[in-house]
Amino acid sequence: MTSHTTPLEYQSKQTQMNILGFWIFLGAEIVLFSTLFASYFVLEHNTASGPAGQDIFILKDVLIQTFILLTSSFTSGLAIHSMRNQDKRGLLIWMIVTLLLGAGFLYMEINEFIHYVHEGATIQTSGFTAALFTLLGTHGAHVTFGIIWISLLLVQLVRRGITVQTSSKLFIASLYWHFLDVVWIFIFTFVYLKGMVM
Amino acid sequence: MSLDEFFVTGDPLILASQIAIGLTMIGLIALITYLKRWKWLWNEWFTTVDHKKIGIMYILAGVLMFFRGGVDGLLMKAQTSRPELDILNAQHYDEIFTTHGVIMILFMAMPMLIGIMNVVIPLQIGARDVAFPKLNAFSFWTFFAGAMLFNLSFVIGGSPDAGWTSYFPLAGKEFTPGVGNNYYAVSLQIAGIGTLATGINFIVTIMKMRAPGLSWMKLPIFTWSTFITSIIIVAAFPILTIALLFMTLDRLFGTHFFTVAAGGDPMLWLNLFWLWGHPEVYIVVLPAFGMFSEVIATFSRKNLYGYKSMVFAVAGIAFLSMLVWVHHFYTMGNSAAVNSIFSLTTMMIAIPTGVKIFNWLFTMRKGRIEFSTAMLWSLAFIPCFTIGGVTGVMLAMAAADYQYHNTMFLVAHFHYVLIPGVVFAVFAALYYWWPKMFGFKLNEKIGKWHFWLFVIGFNMTFMPMFFVGLDGMSRRMYTYAESTGWGAWLGFSAVGSLVMAAGFAALCYNIYWSFRYASRNVGSDPWNARTLEWATASPAPHYNFAVVPQVEQLDDFWYKKKKGETGLKKKDLKPVHMPSNSWTPIVLAAAFGVVGFFLVFEWFTLAIVASIGIVIGLIANSFDYDDGYHIPVEELEKEEREWRGDLQ
Repeated sequence: MTSHTTPLEYQSKQTQMNILGFWIFLGAEIVLFSTLFASYFVLEHNTASGPAGQDIFILKDVLIQTFILLTSSFTSGLAIHSMRNQDKRGLLIWMIVTLLLGAGFLYMEINEFIHYVHEGATIQTSGFTAALFTLLGTHGAHVTFGIIWISLLLVQLVRRGITVQTSSKLFIASLYWHFLDVVWIFIFTFVYLKGMVM
Repeated sequence: MSLDEFFVTGDPLILASQIAIGLTMIGLIALITYLKRWKWLWNEWFTTVDHKKIGIMYILAGVLMFFRGGVDGLLMKAQTSRPELDILNAQHYDEIFTTHGVIMILFMAMPMLIGIMNVVIPLQIGARDVAFPKLNAFSFWTFFAGAMLFNLSFVIGGSPDAGWTSYFPLAGKEFTPGVGNNYYAVSLQIAGIGTLATGINFIVTIMKMRAPGLSWMKLPIFTWSTFITSIIIVAAFPILTIALLFMTLDRLFGTHFFTVAAGGDPMLWLNLFWLWGHPEVYIVVLPAFGMFSEVIATFSRKNLYGYKSMVFAVAGIAFLSMLVWVHHFYTMGNSAAVNSIFSLTTMMIAIPTGVKIFNWLFTMRKGRIEFSTAMLWSLAFIPCFTIGGVTGVMLAMAAADYQYHNTMFLVAHFHYVLIPGVVFAVFAALYYWWPKMFGFKLNEKIGKWHFWLFVIGFNMTFMPMFFVGLDGMSRRMYTYAESTGWGAWLGFSAVGSLVMAAGFAALCYNIYWSFRYASRNVGSDPWNARTLEWATASPAPHYNFAVVPQVEQLDDFWYKKKKGETGLKKKDLKPVHMPSNSWTPIVLAAAFGVVGFFLVFEWFTLAIVASIGIVIGLIANSFDYDDGYHIPVEELEKEEREWRGDLQ
């Protein structure tokens, strides 16, 4: 099990179990977001007297957000690649780039929310806005949590270097980050694109 | 908010409870201080990560909640025992049937089952603990925080009163103002976090920590049912998380998910609730099936009949459990086609369940049956549960359901499923695994009193409900006119509930009696059982197994015993790695509880301040690199010699 080809993060039984446990947790997260999506589809057209999706979405900004988040997923992959090569500096730099991109995404999302509120779409306006804000907000809250979490892991990395423990934690955090990217692709497709054409 | 809005006032019953709770708290604190037990409590229980101790705490909490939920039940029975009684008014009755339902399902059945899983599963697969011991402690303490928060409601702020299903629009702010239903939304959310973590924990434990040679098709059936139950937990609980989130947002922040106005959709709540709620029924009943399987095989002195079909039946039930949720609301405007589909899927569940019933019967066939208390519960389960199952098939037929939807017939049905299916199983499991937890048996004679009183009382209580239900009595009616003619049935039912309560009292007395007087000399395998948990000492040592057993076949321990191969070789002993205790789970869960309390009262500033506690707890946990400790060989040898005598 602990041959030199096994990545560092898989080299103890406990970290193997941690990674498997996290995959299962991501399974639960899929159910969680599926429920949010399903509820959004149920309430999507219940705009009451408030605005609908086409009235408030700015596709250009959302597209920029999408590229920022997709890029951050790529850079977090580069970070893990550096980690596998025992390159602590590369790991640190690419993770910081990832976090900065994440923060940029969040900044744009907050601006987007402010824009919606100015357009008269608050979370209390209608069934549609409640579902929209909650779906986007849950994703945004995950990104926020991820930024804080990974920052703390980087502190541990600086203190301890690349060990079985720190590498497994960062690997798990990168899984989480990729997962948020996947969720965003669904949001982009089924909230924004669908909202613009249907 | 003035003080008399904060504390519930004006009801003598509740005033008495408030005084009793206050005095009990003061008494407990004084007693622990007097006995100088605080440090012991903290070190041995509050910070423990040992799955057996966590399991025992779950069971203890479950018994306490059984008492609370049982008192609620008795009050309801007293109120309806005669026509037009006025023991409880309509509002108080609503509160009590709500808390009875929530507590019995989420804070009694769940912790009892999860507690027994915690005690038994690692032992049954030959592991030293669960995969994530600290997370396991966190699961328990969040469950406990949620349960305590929920129980606080009836003395502080007011109970939830929209039923355990809390259907919208009734459960919304418009029709249920006050904080009662906030308690429902917040405390279930906190307890739900713990349950989800438990599900993940047991999936990984069973996948990764089985003893060498213990392949999937050699797993004991209780381990199988726990594994599949854990999968349903992971698949279903996130739905509840979102449903409760929406409920919280609707009630606390004025959104329109489930309201009638502004484009909300009350039916969305019903769908989400039952998308979780129906699998939840199987989350509580599948582990119970596993427990019965172990008990029946052991006391029939035979291997379980149809092992493979048992596994496939459990998996089949789990799969179908996700596809039946609409049968809870046939009458609420679905098309005939939709109702027909869900009618079919529901009836299909009877097939794998029937397979299990026949497997249990065939396991007993030609066996040398020993009528121990644990076995009696399993025997009583089969006919009682079958009544519940058959009436379930009646309810599954959509067209017929229109006749008895939401009547007492339904109430009788699910009590006939859940009490034999879950409560009998928990009792059987307690009698069966008690020696493994504590090193002595519960008294069998008092156990028979417990059994007969409870089973007879149960049938007396719930059988009449089928008949008043078919006669048109709706559920949740707080009183009824004499001309309905239901008085005699419900009076009989009320007497039955007292008999059942006497059965519960017999259990409590049994626990007390056995702690004081039962023989401590029961050996490691008092029932001559078949599975691995009986291969180690009773009570199980904190490291579970000095040497992890090598497994060759199903019921390996049974065959090893026959060949006399259960001894321990001294040269096989190696230092055992154990996880350290941790303070983060209990502190973190307490922070969740405090934040929850502030959210219930919509004191948002305080909630934000208190959530700093959660953040600090999480950070402390992330920076904790404690790698546990090792038990040296000498200590293992000493402990093993105590019960084995000489080692080989």
